[in-house]
Amino acid sequence: MKIKALSRSTEALQPPGSSTPRLLRNLDPSLHPFERAREYTRALNATKLERMFAAPFLGQLGKGHVDGVYSMAQDPGSLERLASGSGDGVVKVWDLPSREEIWQCKAHDNIVKGIAWTRDRKMLTCGTDRTVKMFDPYGSEGRPGPTAIYQGQGAFTSISHHRSLPAVAVSSGQISIYDYSRESSSPSQTLVWPSTVDTITTCAFNQTETSILASAGTDRSIILYDLRTGSPLHRTVLSFASNSIAWNPMEAFNFATASEDHNIYIFDMRKMSRALNVLKGHVAAAMSVAFSPTGEELVSGSYDRSVRLWDRSKGHSRDMYHTKRMQRVFSVAYVPDNAYVLSGSDDGNVRLWRAKASARQGVKSAREREKLEYDDALKERYKHMPEIRRIARHRHLPKQVKRAETIKREELGSIKRREENERRSSRMKSKTKRRSEREKMVLATEE
Amino acid sequence: MTGRYTEEIARKKQVAEAQLKYGRGKAVQTRNIRDKKLRSNLRALEKKYRDAAVRAKDAEILLENNSGVLEPETELERTYKVRQDDIRESVAEETARKGFELRLEELGPYKAEYTRNGRHLLLAGRKGHIATMDWRDGKLGCELHLNETVRDAKWLHNNQFFAVAQKKYVHIYDSAGVELHKLQKHIEVTNMEFLPYHFLLATIGNAGYLKYQDTSTGQLVAEHATKQGSPTAFAQNPHNAVIHVGHQNGQVSLWSPNSSTPLVKLLAHRGPVRDMAIDREGRYMVSTGQDMRMAVWDIRTMKEVNNYFLRQPGSSVAISDRGSTAVGWGTQTTVWNGLFNKHVKDQVKVQSPYMHWGGDGYHIERVQWCPFEDILGVSHNKGFASILVPGAGEPNFDALEANPYETTKQRQEGEVKSLLNKLQPGMISLDPNFIGNLDLASHETRKQEADLDRREGDAVEKMKNRGRGRNSALRKFLRKSGNKNVIDEKRVRVEAAFKAQSKKEMERVKRQQEEYGPALARFARKEG
Repeated sequence: MKIKALSRSTEALQPPGSSTPRLLRNLDPSLHPFERAREYTRALNATKLERMFAAPFLGQLGKGHVDGVYSMAQDPGSLERLASGSGDGVVKVWDLPSREEIWQCKAHDNIVKGIAWTRDRKMLTCGTDRTVKMFDPYGSEGRPGPTAIYQGQGAFTSISHHRSLPAVAVSSGQISIYDYSRESSSPSQTLVWPSTVDTITTCAFNQTETSILASAGTDRSIILYDLRTGSPLHRTVLSFASNSIAWNPMEAFNFATASEDHNIYIFDMRKMSRALNVLKGHVAAAMSVAFSPTGEELVSGSYDRSVRLWDRSKGHSRDMYHTKRMQRVFSVAYVPDNAYVLSGSDDGNVRLWRAKASARQGVKSAREREKLEYDDALKERYKHMPEIRRIARHRHLPKQVKRAETIKREELGSIKRREENERRSSRMKSKTKRRSEREKMVLATEE
Repeated sequence: MTGRYTEEIARKKQVAEAQLKYGRGKAVQTRNIRDKKLRSNLRALEKKYRDAAVRAKDAEILLENNSGVLEPETELERTYKVRQDDIRESVAEETARKGFELRLEELGPYKAEYTRNGRHLLLAGRKGHIATMDWRDGKLGCELHLNETVRDAKWLHNNQFFAVAQKKYVHIYDSAGVELHKLQKHIEVTNMEFLPYHFLLATIGNAGYLKYQDTSTGQLVAEHATKQGSPTAFAQNPHNAVIHVGHQNGQVSLWSPNSSTPLVKLLAHRGPVRDMAIDREGRYMVSTGQDMRMAVWDIRTMKEVNNYFLRQPGSSVAISDRGSTAVGWGTQTTVWNGLFNKHVKDQVKVQSPYMHWGGDGYHIERVQWCPFEDILGVSHNKGFASILVPGAGEPNFDALEANPYETTKQRQEGEVKSLLNKLQPGMISLDPNFIGNLDLASHETRKQEADLDRREGDAVEKMKNRGRGRNSALRKFLRKSGNKNVIDEKRVRVEAAFKAQSKKEMERVKRQQEEYGPALARFARKEG
C-alpha cells in the first residue's frame, strides 16, 4: 500500500532568521467564495472612502487682490509661477508651493484683461487702457515697472502668446499681432474678419499647430485665423457668445469654448458645423475654460460661483467645486503637473484646488499605490451599480445653484415640450425636424 | 508553417485548460456586436480575463504542497482495509502525531468543531463540558463546565469567539471562556451555523424558527418560521451561504435571510433527514436519512445523482475540500471518495468506500474534516478521535483567506479586513454571482411590480380561457361593459382578443368542413 499524508514544514512558512511569515497564495476560485459580492463590497467601500477623502480646496494665494481677478496665466517654463491680474490694474506673481506673493505691480489704469508669459520668462499684460505692457518679474526685484509699452487703438480684451515666435496676439476690435523682438511699438500684423465690427473678447493661439489662432467676439462668432496667410479661415456663429477659448494641448485640432448659454462646447476646427461634445452642468454663463496638460480633462469657471471639472468625453461634470465665499469665477487654469487647478474670482482671491478631490500628493508606498490602483479598477468595474453610482455622483450644491438647476430643468423641459407640441401639430417639415444637441447652437458657418 | 500551427494548437489547449479551472464562465461572443467601441472594449476585457486565467494556471507552479495519497499497489489490496496504525507507521512522525484520541467518558456525547483555518478545535459535550484547544500543539485554550445541556457549539469568525447553544439560550464566549453575550431571542436552539463572510449566526430550535443574528452589529437580521416542526439536520452551503434545513418528513428546505419562504424544498429521504453536507463549490449535497440511505444530490439542478445504502442511519456526514465524504453511522465511520465529480456528466456509483474507521463501540455523534489537513475529526459518545485520511485535505491554502499558520497580528488584521468586506445579508441567494449583473427585466415589468394596487393575474387573459360560443366571457364583457363610447385600454384588448378568438374559431370550422366533405359540412360546429 502506498501511503503518504499531507505534511507541511513550518520552516517553509517562516524561513529561519526571518521575522516575516510568508503568505502563500492559492488562486483556485473554489477557495475564494463570494467573489463578486466581496468585490462589490470593496468597490462600495472604495467609493465611500473616495468621497470621505474628497477635500478639494487647498487654500488661497497670499491675501489675494483688492479687486476681482479677471485674468491668470501660468508660466509655461515653471510649475511654480502664476501671474494674476485684477480689476484695479494690479498684476501679481505668485509662488505656488508657498502660496505667497512674490511680485506685484500696478500695470494698468483699469482692468487687466489678459496676461501672457514669453519663452524667456517675461510677462505681457493687456488692459482696457489700450496698452500692452511687458514686465520682468524674475529680474526686477526693486523696480517693478514695465520694460516695454505697446499702444493700441481700442481697449484690449485678451492676449495670447505664440508657441515659439516672439509674438503675441492681442484682441480688441481686431486681432493685432505684436512682435516684441522688433523695436516698433505698432502691431506687425492685424487680422480681422472683413464684415464684422464687433469687439473680439478672447483669442488663443494653438500651441501645437502654432500658426492657428482662434477668437470669439461679442457678435457670437468664433473665428479661426492662419498667421501664414495672414487671413481669417473660418467663422462660425453660435446662438450665444463665447467667453473663453482653450485649445487641447494633445489634440491639435480640438478646442473648447465657454459659452454664455452655460455650456462648454468642444469643437474640431476642421468641422465646425457641429460640436464634438457639449458639456452641460453650469447654471450660469461659463466664463473661462482650460484644458488639462494631458488634454483629457477640462476645468471651467462660471458666473454661478462654481468651478467644474470635466472629462473631455463625458457630457456632465466630473466634479464641482465651490466655497461659501467664492464669487463669480472669471478665470481658471490647470497647473502643468495635472494635479492642481487654480481659480480666480470676483472676490479677489486666487484659489488653489486639487484636480482630483480625493487624491493626495505625498510619496506613496508600493502597497498603497497598489491598493489605490486596485480600488480604481474596482470602482470602474462596478460604477454602474445604483448604490455606487449614487454615492460617486452625490455632491453638495449651494442652495442657489440647486434652485437654479431646478428652474433651469423646468424651463428647458417646457421648451422641449412646446417644441414637441409644435412638431406634432405642424405640417411644416422644417419645424418638425429635430436638431442634434451638438449642432443646435451653430447658427451659421462661413468660409 | 506547421510549427506555427502546432504552436497555435498548444496555445489553445493551454487556454482551455486554464479556463477549466480558473475561468469565470463563458466568454461573450463579440463577433456580431455592431457597435465598434463596445466590441473593442469587450474584446479587450475578454482578453484580460483569458490572460488572467492563463496566468493563474501558470502560477500553479508556485504551489508548494502536494496532497496525500493512499493507493493500493497490488490488485488484492483494498484501501478501506488500511488501519490507522498502518498509516501512522508509514507517515512522518509529525503527521502521525496528528492522529490522536481523547477519552472523555462522562460528559458526552461530544460535538467537535474546527475553526476555519483548522488550527483550533472546539469540543462540546452534551452534558455541559466545553473545551477549546490548539489541537496541533495540544494546548488547551479554555475549559468550561456549564452544568446544563449543550446542544451545539460553533466557532465564530476566528478562534476568539464561539457560540454555544445551551439549555435555553445561545451564549457567546470569548477565547478565555468568558461569557460575552446571552442571545435571548434564540430559544432552545438545537443547531447552529456561522456564515463567516456575512458574519451571521444562523440558529434553529425545537420550535422550527430559523433566525439570523448579525454577530458584528448584534442585530437580529431575519426570523423565519419553517413550519415543519423540530429540525433534524442543519447545514450551510459554503458556496452561496444558503442554509439547508432537514425536516422530520424527509424534506430538505433551502433558506436565505431574504425570503420568508424556502427558496427550494426537496424530498431527500423517506423518513427524517439525519444530516447533510455540501461540497465547497456548492454543486453537490450528500444527505443521510433515517431510511438508512445516503443520497447524493446535484443542488444546482436539484436532482438526485446517486443513492447509497448504509447499514444504520447515518448520523453525521461531512465533505472535505477535495471531495472526500465521511459518513458516521452507528459506531462506524466510512470515508467515500468520488461520490461526485464535477467534470463528469453521468456520475458513477462508487462500489466500495475509501476508508473505514470504528468498531470500538463508540456511537458517532459528528464527523468533521479539519481544513487544510488530511484529518477527520470524529466526535462520539466517549470523546473525540482525530483520524488520518490521506488525500482528503486541501494541500495549498490561501493565506489571505484562511491561514492555518497565522500569527496574532495576521489574525487581527484579517479580522479588520473581513469586517470591512462584510457581505450584506441581502446578497445571499442561490446564485452568489448575481451581483453586478444587468437587470434584464423590462421597464414595464418593473413598473408593474412596483404597483402595489395591481390585481392578481390579467383579467383579459383569464377571459380568453373561459367559455366559447354565445356566452363567452369576452362577449359578455363587451355586451355588459356599458358605454360603447369609452374606449379604454381594457376594452381595446378585449376586442382584439375577441376578434382573434372568433377568427381562430372560424378557421377551425373551415378545417372541419373540409374534413367532413361537402355532404357533411353542415355538421361542422362552431363551439367544440
